[in-house]
Amino acid sequence: MCSVSWKKYLLWFAHDLVDFRLAEMKSLLSLLCIEMKWVEEPSDHPFWIVQMQSDECVKKLASRSISLRGVIDLWAHSDCIEDLHKQLKKLDHDFYKPYFQPHLSFKVEVETFSNHLSMAERVEKIESFSYLPLAGPVNLKNPDVKLWFMEYYGLEPNNIPDKPYLYYFGRWMIDGQRHLIKEFSLKTRKFIGNTSMDAQISVLMANQAKVKSGDLVMDPFVGTGSLLVPAAYFGAYVLGTDIDYLMLHGKTRPSRIQQKVREADESIHSNLWQYGLQNQYIDVVVADSSLPLWVKNFELDAIITDPPYGIREPTERVGTHKTPQITEEQAATHIPSKIDYDHDHLYQDLLNFAAKHLKLGGRLVTFIPILRELYCEENLPKHPCLNLISNSEQILSAHISRRLLTFEKVSIETNNEVGERTFTPNLENFRDKYFNHCEESRAIRRQKNSYHKWAPRSSTDE
Amino acid sequence: MKLLTHNVLSSKCLKGVSVGYPLRLNATDIKVVDVDYNSEFVSRMIPKINYSALYDAAQSIGHLNGLPDAVVDDFESNEDFLKAVHHVLLEVDIVSGDLECPESGRKFPITRGIPNMLVNENEVNEINGSNGYNN
Repeated sequence: MCSVSWKKYLLWFAHDLVDFRLAEMKSLLSLLCIEMKWVEEPSDHPFWIVQMQSDECVKKLASRSISLRGVIDLWAHSDCIEDLHKQLKKLDHDFYKPYFQPHLSFKVEVETFSNHLSMAERVEKIESFSYLPLAGPVNLKNPDVKLWFMEYYGLEPNNIPDKPYLYYFGRWMIDGQRHLIKEFSLKTRKFIGNTSMDAQISVLMANQAKVKSGDLVMDPFVGTGSLLVPAAYFGAYVLGTDIDYLMLHGKTRPSRIQQKVREADESIHSNLWQYGLQNQYIDVVVADSSLPLWVKNFELDAIITDPPYGIREPTERVGTHKTPQITEEQAATHIPSKIDYDHDHLYQDLLNFAAKHLKLGGRLVTFIPILRELYCEENLPKHPCLNLISNSEQILSAHISRRLLTFEKVSIETNNEVGERTFTPNLENFRDKYFNHCEESRAIRRQKNSYHKWAPRSSTDE
Repeated sequence: MKLLTHNVLSSKCLKGVSVGYPLRLNATDIKVVDVDYNSEFVSRMIPKINYSALYDAAQSIGHLNGLPDAVVDDFESNEDFLKAVHHVLLEVDIVSGDLECPESGRKFPITRGIPNMLVNENEVNEINGSNGYNN
């Protein structure tokens, strides 16, 4: 006895940040309390056929997802075009009647994945569906019903087959949130820095953190506040801390090449004003994240952060290797000396901070830079109160990637439960490794180059 | 800086300071801003904040605006009370002034609305090793 009916939908994902897709879907399903069944195992394939219980669930999911291009009410799919037509012709009249009314305008959209069709070819494809009893007028700009036909030519644009691997036909239901990429683009943002996070990933991070309206969200390495923007957009109240006084006051050197000096009112607050999100702004504080700052019972719903990697932004904390000698007169105007904040300590402090200040079930979402050769999942930072929920890789170069880690707080911290300081060979002195690694490869490259340069000559000599 | 932030900030990063809370608030410039009222958020925050510290802070800068000295019993449904808390928590913005550690008297300046909680290297607990989150 199952009273719930499952409906089949096609999810179309943007073919970007493929490793983040499943993690985002899982986070959103859990945040929005939606159940979804996979008809096929999720893969790096941009089309997923899934089952959900209602159109309402689909709308909720699409209202948050940045990976989704859109959702299609799937009418037919096949690896053979004749079969697809056969399936469509077999559809019950009552099934498509609600969409084929005389007063509803329509459009048939022909799309291809990994291939391009000429206009004539597209028209030909559209006409091949002429048996559908469409009654309304055609409207290409703003149709009431958008029918959608997709030919999928695989994932290798350099190896396109003659015939598509798969065909899909259905009714376009709703767009995902890809428009936010443009809306929150760093190009048009008032206050940005060298390491501001791009719009797409920052929305992804807010989704990973399951940010919802009325949440309290913090970024302990806030910088220009790029991660707070989507969190505020989803209704959270945001605050952040950073050790860089000049950054929070918008007094660092501008990052835009044409800009000589920063404008007077550049700040995280004015970024939120720009997007009409100023009501969500709580505060930013100049503080060292390696030191305790907040009262014990201060509780956060989520922590979203991208700590400095030590390459383009320094990893620093207050300290000195000398014996500090600051006279009383100097104290007020003294600029604290900073020492390197190594990654092992930084991530352990971050996890301890999360274990202490997150609510139960709250999430910590953070990036971690990785030397790909040395990566090993066991070496990732851990904490007894935090469960690693997902781990997605974004490859940055041949040697370097960064991983988006999502932790969920699963138990209340007791005093003796502190994160173990794991030995992480890929993190210790990430900066040194990064530069030495490149140095080494440069040396090898030089050797190779000289070999190629001299080898032909030596062979002709013989 | 909003009074919500003041309510959760401490100066325990200083060497020899064990609680460092609540910080004494000296304001030289206060701005009252309009923030949309969200009753759900305010009522969710009330059990989480230190109400007497909030009351004292608002009183010390003369921005009580009718805030009662204790949480009322029916706070979740008492619209007037929630609005008073909303105003004090989110709409009173300290643009400049300082925060003073109640134990050591160390002052942390607030400039352009941003508190500077950085300490000098001779004021931190440990020079080398991990931070205070471990204890």
